[in-house]
Amino acid sequence: MNANNVMMILSALLLSPLLFGVINRVKAMFAGRKGSPLLQTYFDIAKLMKKGMVYGNTTSLMFQLGPVFVLVSVLLALLMVPFGPIAAPLSFQGDFILLAYLLGVSRFFTVLSALDTGSAFEGMGASREVQFAAMGEPTFMLGALLLAIHTGEMSLSGMVREIQFDVLSPATAAVVLLVAAWMMLLLTENSRIPVDDPNTHLELTMIHEVMVLDTGGPLMGIVTYASGIKLWIFSALIANLLVPTLSAGASAQAGIFVGIVLLIAVAVGVIESIMGRVRLRQIPKVLVGTTALVATALIMTLAG
Amino acid sequence: MINTISILLALSSLFLFGSSRIRISIRVVIAQGFLLGIAFLLHNEEHLNSSTWTIAISSMLLKGIVLPWLLTFVLHRSRAKLEIEPYVGFGTSLFIGVLLLGFSTYVAWNLSLTSTVRAIPPALFSTALFLIFCGMFLIVTRKKAITQTIGYLVLENGVFATGLGIGHEFPFIVEMGVMLDIFVGVFLMGIMIFRIDKAFDHTDTHRFNTLLDEIAPEHNDSEDMESAQ
Repeated sequence: MNANNVMMILSALLLSPLLFGVINRVKAMFAGRKGSPLLQTYFDIAKLMKKGMVYGNTTSLMFQLGPVFVLVSVLLALLMVPFGPIAAPLSFQGDFILLAYLLGVSRFFTVLSALDTGSAFEGMGASREVQFAAMGEPTFMLGALLLAIHTGEMSLSGMVREIQFDVLSPATAAVVLLVAAWMMLLLTENSRIPVDDPNTHLELTMIHEVMVLDTGGPLMGIVTYASGIKLWIFSALIANLLVPTLSAGASAQAGIFVGIVLLIAVAVGVIESIMGRVRLRQIPKVLVGTTALVATALIMTLAG
Repeated sequence: MINTISILLALSSLFLFGSSRIRISIRVVIAQGFLLGIAFLLHNEEHLNSSTWTIAISSMLLKGIVLPWLLTFVLHRSRAKLEIEPYVGFGTSLFIGVLLLGFSTYVAWNLSLTSTVRAIPPALFSTALFLIFCGMFLIVTRKKAITQTIGYLVLENGVFATGLGIGHEFPFIVEMGVMLDIFVGVFLMGIMIFRIDKAFDHTDTHRFNTLLDEIAPEHNDSEDMESAQ
């Protein structure tokens, strides 16, 4: 843990709610609106933190603990994500598996606290969340396998160190496919369009939002912040594949990295503006297609 | 560059496995036709002459413009629904598609080829095999006659790509002959789909099995004979 690591972790902690602001601003620009302030999510979290707690009669301790566990597991996962050329504070052989399962743990506790409310809507959302997450997991694992074969490294930081984003090299084609597949994974995992619409208020079609319907006050603030961190983790994973290797200083490289993460948020905003939500029954098809994409990339890496 | 094109070809065929719209599938076939034409030109970069240009341009014209136009024409004239009806679901098709891609890559890398017939860009050769498998799979697993024609076109693209992939040039006259063959084939298929649609109000090949007008009376005859005995 050196000064660079501290700087990167701090920037992730401070900037992750900004990603939502960027996405919403891009969507507003596409719709011709002025849009909410870039810092709106910070205001929301601050407002929620000042409120009191209200719990449903049917809920138990699990409901209150859930969001805390979610926050802790995504923060632990954040420690394993490298920041471009700066290695992650926590890096060891096969750390991507722990990263995937820490995110799984956070999902598990979201689902548990949703089921704890006893609401039929929340149970429905939990069922969908788990179904789509299970179909998204092969994309992450096959992608990590591809990177391990491509670079010969078994830790995320090592993979990122070895990967050279060179447009002319034929091996890059596989990485480009991986970027596309992981972008789809980002949209799935963070409940964005085309899989889920974060702005929807119809319980029958919501996935993530429906699981936190009963959550309010500071707990909702924690949930919002944790989903910001989760979005940052996925954006950072993709940014790691795209970051160019420069012989610049650490702070300049960090700046480039954060810039790419913000650009990914802009891309998410553009995707949300130009696409509609896919019908719920069609989502598995989209996810299987994403897995097919990354499997194709894997076959190409194995063959080439 | 040829590697990128072969990846695009493989991905577009996987897309065909998962797509449920006939019109989009036709557009994918158009893209494949143009990609193959470009691949052909790139492959013959060193010796571009009038015959290579003729083959490339006529192949692009035929597979990219004429045949898709014919299919779109038939699609609009027939009262077929614009949705593809598969025997094998789209998710399963995609899964099988990835397995087929893996298999064709394995075959392409382990095939012992002679020195005159070599897989020069192996990626293109494995994609070519994959396109052939794709075409056959699409023909077998899709119900409508028009989607089977699309499968036939993909199969033919695979054959064309195989010619490129093994790095052995077919003579000009053979290439042109093959192209004439495809044109006539698809043209006839188009006319037949059109006529079948006029006669039976649908082009669902599954339901053709129930057209047993001639067998039924025979069956009655034998029954009559049995009862007479």
